[in-house]
Amino acid sequence: MSIKPISGPHVVAVRSVDSIMRKVIVALVPATAWGIFLFGWPALYLCAVTILSALLFEALCLKLKGVNAGPYLRDGSAVLTGLLVVMTLPPWAPWWIGVVGAGIAIILGKQVYGGLGQNLFNPAMLARVALLISFPIEMTTWVNVEPILAGPGLLESLSITFSGLSDLDGITGATTLGAVKTGFSQHLTLPGLLHEYSGILAFIGWERGSLGETSTLLILGGGLWLLREGVIQWHIPVSLLSSIALLSGLGHLIDSQHYLGPWAHLNSGALMLVAFFIATDYVTSPNTPLGQMIFGAGCGLLIFIIRSWGGYPEGTGFAILLMNAVTPLIDHYIRPRIYGRYRNGKPIDVS
Amino acid sequence: MLALFENPRLRGGVHAEEHKVETSGLPIATDMPLPKKLYIPVQQHVGKPAEPLVKVGEKVLKGQLLAYSQGTISAPVHAPSSGTIADVLDFPAPHPSALPIRTIVIETDGLDQWLPLQAPDDPLSLPAEEICALVGAAGVVGLGGAVFPSAVKLDLGRKNKIQMLLINAGECEPYLTCDDRLMQERAGEIVTGIRLMLRGMHAPEATVGIEDNKPEAFIAMREACAEFANINVVQVPTRYPMGWDRQMLRYLTGREIPADGRATDIGVVIHNVATAHAVYKAVCLNQPLISRVVTVSGGAVAEPKNVEVLIGTLMSEVLDFCAADKSRVARLIMGGPMMGDALPLSEVPVVKACNGILALSEQDIEIPEVKPCIRCSTCVTACPVGLLPLEMASRIRASQLDAAVDLGLKDCINCGSCSYVCPSNIPLVHYFKFASGELYKRQQMEHKSEQTKRLIDDRNQRMERIRLEQEAEARRVMEARAARAREQELAKLKAQQAQQSISEPTDIATAEEVR
Repeated sequence: MSIKPISGPHVVAVRSVDSIMRKVIVALVPATAWGIFLFGWPALYLCAVTILSALLFEALCLKLKGVNAGPYLRDGSAVLTGLLVVMTLPPWAPWWIGVVGAGIAIILGKQVYGGLGQNLFNPAMLARVALLISFPIEMTTWVNVEPILAGPGLLESLSITFSGLSDLDGITGATTLGAVKTGFSQHLTLPGLLHEYSGILAFIGWERGSLGETSTLLILGGGLWLLREGVIQWHIPVSLLSSIALLSGLGHLIDSQHYLGPWAHLNSGALMLVAFFIATDYVTSPNTPLGQMIFGAGCGLLIFIIRSWGGYPEGTGFAILLMNAVTPLIDHYIRPRIYGRYRNGKPIDVS
Repeated sequence: MLALFENPRLRGGVHAEEHKVETSGLPIATDMPLPKKLYIPVQQHVGKPAEPLVKVGEKVLKGQLLAYSQGTISAPVHAPSSGTIADVLDFPAPHPSALPIRTIVIETDGLDQWLPLQAPDDPLSLPAEEICALVGAAGVVGLGGAVFPSAVKLDLGRKNKIQMLLINAGECEPYLTCDDRLMQERAGEIVTGIRLMLRGMHAPEATVGIEDNKPEAFIAMREACAEFANINVVQVPTRYPMGWDRQMLRYLTGREIPADGRATDIGVVIHNVATAHAVYKAVCLNQPLISRVVTVSGGAVAEPKNVEVLIGTLMSEVLDFCAADKSRVARLIMGGPMMGDALPLSEVPVVKACNGILALSEQDIEIPEVKPCIRCSTCVTACPVGLLPLEMASRIRASQLDAAVDLGLKDCINCGSCSYVCPSNIPLVHYFKFASGELYKRQQMEHKSEQTKRLIDDRNQRMERIRLEQEAEARRVMEARAARAREQELAKLKAQQAQQSISEPTDIATAEEVR
């Protein structure tokens, strides 16, 4: 019997941070595995390098902070960050891109703010954007689909990842969004510009792109599983995807020569990954369902704007960071209505 | 995904592990042996404590008044069995602090002899005022745990012309099944109690809300109400805290009680189902509230069951009756595991508020270590009030009490749903209780400093008044002295003039004219 006064609740639900992180990682495994299958051993090496360095940076920061690193490394958040970073990288990117990306994500994106739960920006997106701006060549070298057994062997792959590609021509090309952007700059118009594009292959993920972003199908599957498990709520993915679909549908309807249709938008780039795994990041998204809908719709709007009129072919990273910055504001203004009160906080008037 | 569009009437809440099957199928045990001593605190209700009117050594009969109600919000207490008053002393209360409170001790004589009772012939034709008076005299209080004197509520209902009586049979706390069993076994009596309450308040209709994890109780109640069209029995979803009366009211009617008001403001009075049964006993049998059904359960209890326990029985004896293993009790709780009070010792009496005695073992209360908040906002989803627990807790951590109040700290009902669901196991509700305590302390301090300021002001005013009075006094003395001096002067002058007038009388007339 205890003497110390204790108050309820005396029981708790069996649900921990560790299990949430584990579930998110599990949901990402199929899409990552698909990326490795699609782009061969270099992709696997890059995964290993990035995730390991994420863990190392995390351990280093925790050591500098003077806390026992064990429990924090085991909670899976560093692995998840590393995994998300590598999924957004070009599959044959050199090893140091992975290391720098993991470093930016863990150190600048997370630990300088105070660690888990304190960061303002999504660490993986921060890393991706920083890398894209700093190393535009490496970050936009998209290798052709070379399934694991048809592509370079184990040793050759080591040299690709650790000493770089020598001859890019012939084995690389543009992503769908990149091709469209380049095409427009050459005054080409849409239906003809995408003559080799296949909607089905894009949905399955048989196309050039970032390591873990190509397969809409697998990411969507993982995301839906997370929804069913109650790890994420529907508000952000639904509002984000529907706002993109709505805007691109509208654009395509008005000017089908210069605006991609909703299907191409939804199956391209990082959109699915962002909708289910990045925008839904607890720490950097709003608290309330309404706030989350606004956040998702804002992300969708910014992605559409950047993709359609911006200088970059893909705008998800920028859109997420911008909306991350707005999140505290959304949380300040969007609050749930309290029982027995109006939205403005005044008690309900019944007289 | 499942709750794609949430029912606006049902906000927040959690599905806690129920642990109700252990006791919900067993009949209420009424064969608990009579304790040798009964400890009856005079304060078992909200309001003023009752005032003892018995003397040490006096013989009392079962049901005899021991202490009378004081003031408008208070309730009397009665002797749960016959015997001798052994003592009136300060005894540990069933409260986390176990601080002693005034308690009447009865040494039972084993006869369990009732005071002659005068049950009315036709209780349902009694006037409303008399029903309320009987309920008040029987010491009936809200048995859901709030222990508000029921007669006061009935009177309030009658005066406010209410449209609906809501009978709360949610019993949403895990483990507890005392209301469930009561409805299964004594539905007819409960319904009579409800009809008496309706009559006592001149209320047209009643609704009984039962969580849908109690199908047997629902059927029993529906059958018992079949012939009374004005009593509805409805099922409500099982989701803690459905038994929060305001939550149930919102679910059933779609209406909310104003944050600064009571249920009567929107024409509703809410009573617990066990209270309805106590009303039946008080009016139809003229029996005061001297016993109640208590759920005894938890991992350390070998024979969990519902027991009809006399008020004043020590919890340790009730636990013995249910074969609890004392060495395995990691935490003793009065009430449910979500909002119940942890008690530091089991030698405290069962009181009217005690709906459950839980002896939880280590496995039951295993609470893992606290991790940082990951802002998953599960607590926001779980909060039935519509608060932002994570934001409030972070403000309180930073000692920003005003910011926490701004976020709605004062609307928190301490239901613990947020703490229950938190994946980081942050003791959120502890923060809110702490902050409420701090607010109270601050209020007291402000009150005190205001008092001090008033005293100083008073003193200053008093001093000023005294100073003014003294000055006035001094002035008066001065003036009096001056006047006297002037008089003397005048007298002297007159005397001189009188002397002169004798010598040259014409001069006086001239002098007078000049003046």
